[in-house]
Amino acid sequence: MNIIVCVKQVPDTNEVRIDPERGTLIREGVPSIMNPDDKAGLEAALRLKDSMGAKVSVISMGPMQADVVLREALAMGADEAYLVSDRAFGGADTWATSSTLAAAISKLDYDLIITGRQAIDGDTAQVGPEIAEHLGIPNISYAEGIEVQGKEVLVKRQYEDRYHMVRARMPVLLTALSELNPPRYMTPGGIFDAYREKQVVVWNRGDVPVADENIGLAGSPTRVAKSFPKTVKAPGMKIEEGVEESVQFIVDKLREKYIF
Amino acid sequence: MNKDNQGVFIFAQQVDGEITGVSLELIGKARDLAQALDSDVTAMLLGYKLDKQAQTLVEYGADRVVVVDDPKLEVYTTEPYTQAVTAILKEYKPRIVLIGATAIGRDLGPRVAGRLHTGLTADCTKLEIREEDREFLMTRPAFGGNLMATIICPDHRPQMATVRPGVMVKEMRDPARKGEIVPFAVSFEENNCYVKVEEVIRKVTQRVDIQTAKVLVSGGRGVGGSESFQILKDLADALGGEVASSRAAVDAGWQEKDRQVGQTGKTVRPNLYVACGISGAIQHLAGMEESDYIVAINKDPDAPIFNVADVGIVGDLFKIVPRLTEEIKAYRAKQKE
Repeated sequence: MNIIVCVKQVPDTNEVRIDPERGTLIREGVPSIMNPDDKAGLEAALRLKDSMGAKVSVISMGPMQADVVLREALAMGADEAYLVSDRAFGGADTWATSSTLAAAISKLDYDLIITGRQAIDGDTAQVGPEIAEHLGIPNISYAEGIEVQGKEVLVKRQYEDRYHMVRARMPVLLTALSELNPPRYMTPGGIFDAYREKQVVVWNRGDVPVADENIGLAGSPTRVAKSFPKTVKAPGMKIEEGVEESVQFIVDKLREKYIF
Repeated sequence: MNKDNQGVFIFAQQVDGEITGVSLELIGKARDLAQALDSDVTAMLLGYKLDKQAQTLVEYGADRVVVVDDPKLEVYTTEPYTQAVTAILKEYKPRIVLIGATAIGRDLGPRVAGRLHTGLTADCTKLEIREEDREFLMTRPAFGGNLMATIICPDHRPQMATVRPGVMVKEMRDPARKGEIVPFAVSFEENNCYVKVEEVIRKVTQRVDIQTAKVLVSGGRGVGGSESFQILKDLADALGGEVASSRAAVDAGWQEKDRQVGQTGKTVRPNLYVACGISGAIQHLAGMEESDYIVAINKDPDAPIFNVADVGIVGDLFKIVPRLTEEIKAYRAKQKE
């Protein structure tokens, strides 16, 4: 069985700070990490590899620095790694990103593709389903449990108030939740192999079979018109009254805001 | 797609025949947008054996409801829903499509946008039409809420956005409102993208992760003990929310670690955060100040929590919280009538 896991290198958004003057991100000193949902997806793939045997390939699109997260994936136990990296791919929105990644993935053999539900820097949750759409395969989002049965996969799919047990014939794309399972650590031997024995294959523009109009900024339907820091809100009203007045005040405010 | 068309469409999500609240909120927002564009609002309603739902959507402000009623749409699965929505959008060619950012909407939206080759902006908190040129501006948080970004989709149609539940405001229901209800037949294409739902498992009143809860009632040192957290639980239940806590209450052993909000706990962003007996140390504020609406109850008028609260109540939480719970229950009961 061939499993492809899509991983993204993201800034640790818990550490991100904003330059209040310019309203831009201060990236300096912010650690880059493997996106948490993606890491859970990788762990799910590695567990399938452990239990039934599979080749696990990881793929990422990003600048050359993203090599680090692919090495981390290799050190955790992935077999192959691909980095899709070219200036021509830069500035892509979710549509162009997914069209590029889908084209790159189409060069590989796959039964199962796993992406994280969403990346913590964008939180869109779109790239997974859109890759599936470009490849013309089904997707099952928000996977909280994965079981492979022959040529089919049985997925516990999370909703707000329920689960669906969903069966699909492979190939299929799943988007993984962090809750899926706690990712393993890299081993010293794994780290050694990741840097000495294994390779990260870099694919540039020419290696990816995708039309110019479907990549990068030019291939992106959406644009960022502007970005700005979240306005710091002024403190609201504070009252010091009796119990009944206080309760009524809260109820009125909540109703005004349609909170209940 | 035809760029002259200015119609605003919303996806009216229903589960088990019940319309999801966010769909009504989308109609409210869609009406604002349609007014700015001199157009109207259409709701897309998909399901099987639908009945009064279309009329409900009209009463909340939809000018038109396009209904696809088909056994394939009884339980949500990605492909038939994508085919049905895509077929409607290809027929009507609207300018704007709004979808709730639910576990369904965040699956359906990208699949439809991918198929129609158009942009989709996720989890918008503000949607508006720019007056000068009628550009559709979609604003959303990015980088974990550290930054806001305004997104446009200038050359592709429809312009699609998802909106988190609780962000927009629904209009008052008006039974006198009139609208057109249009049955729409879809010829579903059989392909390899169909999946099968073998079982539906409803979650039983489980404890919701505080990071996904829409309402949090949070307690700190001022709550005084684990038993006293029951009055917070009662309020949380009345509001349909969960109990959270400050580090002090966790360290004291009154609450589990998974309930802790703050720098060493979880970062939360509910629609409503009620802080009871929490002084508001900077580490706590860091974990909750992004909440949409904050109510603080504390007996110390100088507590720093009041600096971030929308509503600050100086007083005794043991008297105020139980009374508040009663009032909310009474209001809810009245609403149901």
